[in-house]
Amino acid sequence: MEDFLAFLRRRITGEYEVDEFGFDPELNDRVLLNLVRPLYRKWFRVEVSGLEHVPAEGGALVVANHSGTVPIDALMMQVALHDEAGRAVRLLGADLVYQLPVLGHLSRKSGHTRASPEDADRLLRKGELVGVFPEGFKGVGKPFSQRYKLQRFGRGGFVASAVRAGVPIIPCAIVGAEEIYPKIGDLTTLARALGLPYLPITPFFPLLGPLGLIPLPSKWLIEFGEPIRTDRYEPADADDPMVIFNQTDEVRETIQAQLNELRLRRGPAFPPLLAGL
Amino acid sequence: MTQSVLVTGVSRHIGARLAGVLAADPEIDRVIGVDTVPPRARDLGRVEFVRVDLRSPDIGQVIAAADVTTVVHMSLVSVPAKSRSAMKEHNVIGTMQLLAACQRSSTVRRVVVRSTTAVYGSTPHDPAVFTEDSEPVEVPHSGYAKDAHEVEGYVRGFARRRRDVVTTTLRFANFMGPAVDSPLTRYFGQLVPPTVLGFDPRLQFVHEDDAVEVLRRMATEDHPGTFNVAGEGVLLLSQCMRRAGRLSIPLPSPAFRMLGEAARAAGLLDFSPEQLGLICHGRAVETLRLAATLGWKPKFTTAAAFDDYLRSRGISGNLPLAVLDYFTRR
Repeated sequence: MEDFLAFLRRRITGEYEVDEFGFDPELNDRVLLNLVRPLYRKWFRVEVSGLEHVPAEGGALVVANHSGTVPIDALMMQVALHDEAGRAVRLLGADLVYQLPVLGHLSRKSGHTRASPEDADRLLRKGELVGVFPEGFKGVGKPFSQRYKLQRFGRGGFVASAVRAGVPIIPCAIVGAEEIYPKIGDLTTLARALGLPYLPITPFFPLLGPLGLIPLPSKWLIEFGEPIRTDRYEPADADDPMVIFNQTDEVRETIQAQLNELRLRRGPAFPPLLAGL
Repeated sequence: MTQSVLVTGVSRHIGARLAGVLAADPEIDRVIGVDTVPPRARDLGRVEFVRVDLRSPDIGQVIAAADVTTVVHMSLVSVPAKSRSAMKEHNVIGTMQLLAACQRSSTVRRVVVRSTTAVYGSTPHDPAVFTEDSEPVEVPHSGYAKDAHEVEGYVRGFARRRRDVVTTTLRFANFMGPAVDSPLTRYFGQLVPPTVLGFDPRLQFVHEDDAVEVLRRMATEDHPGTFNVAGEGVLLLSQCMRRAGRLSIPLPSPAFRMLGEAARAAGLLDFSPEQLGLICHGRAVETLRLAATLGWKPKFTTAAAFDDYLRSRGISGNLPLAVLDYFTRR
């Protein structure tokens, strides 16, 4: 109680620290993460493995697959790293997020920033754990039929940042997000009119209206793989496209292999009905 | 060699303080202050005041007559006193005339120009932190920021043509402090300042004492180049409001813009489109180059500068805090 009052007092008087990216660790720990944690624990029952591959301190770049129509997987990874590895991951988000009211500043307060080489380099130089989803909208917005097939990994900018900073790349596979909003169609014209990358049709949305927005309770596994070292390169190699392409492919193949294996390990996304009876 | 410093914009607060500090320096033989209006009753010591309109070529005669060795150009106005076009004339044409005179001069060997971090603009596509080498994502296309952007262009041209002259450009974050009177300090001075619904920008301030100190060092030492000047750290707008104990009204951005324009029309508050950008998207800059070059850091962090402003204006009292205290009293 005492502690909570002190917290309230700090919030009311503005006596707390926010970093230059707008990250508000106190708000993130005590409010924002608590809002998504029930989803992590109860709804998706996330299980995490490979935590020994996440360094306890210092810069590293976590690279993960992106899926699920709505980027909830990013938040689940954030909770996993916060709760299980004790690290505040700094996610690199899409441009769109920072143009939208509310979402833009909440995302900054939660420690995310806009995906750009400048911001990634700056965070890595400061020894932060940075998280990136190189597939971007191509990954989150892919149709259900394409599930667990990695899309193109951007232009490899994330590898260049890791090489410049000399930090390891930690491949991360997330299984489960593909099934939360199975995207079976796309309202392309309406999406374009609204300035959105896509507007999904799922079995329940827009059919059931707001009810269709409830994500399906699939079973999730998140695995962090063995770090891929980048200190065998010189920082100047970040400007060598061939090095970057090859390294990007290596990371992509590693994550694809991890995904295949993890998917087998999980089995069906939803327990067969009446299985417990 | 005798040192003679010319300070433009000496009738305004920071210019006057700088001139005063320079006049107190025994190494400097003459301090000449110029402005379009005479300084307020304030005692400027041995500063010689010359009333010059920068837009006229008279400034060249002042520089020649006084064998000026250092020019500190402070005279950039950020708020339109009469009209926007007069402000632009003053800022851009004034700088051109001043630089033309400096280029001709055989005595000037150091030019320091005050600019602003507003030249970086303020958009959702910005890098989180601007360095001096960052290009603005969107070149400012209105108001003060546009003027400063153009002024910097002329300064770069001057530096290229007169490589023997040490040219320094200082990009200041918003000034904050007891005597600062700017659109932003007036904004926080309102009883219930409006904010833009759904946005919470990062802001940076530089305390007036630190601004004067940076200018003094740049005017007396050779540090060519461009430098960001800001107090360490950032404050979110919401955090500023909480520290001020202010309740703010969040308005959707079109309503905010309309209100801003109405306030400007009524002469209550100066409001320009680039201020809307700052109040939505904010801006942060890196100041490592300044610290490394001078071996010195601003004494006030952004938060300390803001607190000093609040203290000096007597802004206190925090209604939500009072409510909390009332209910938790034992």
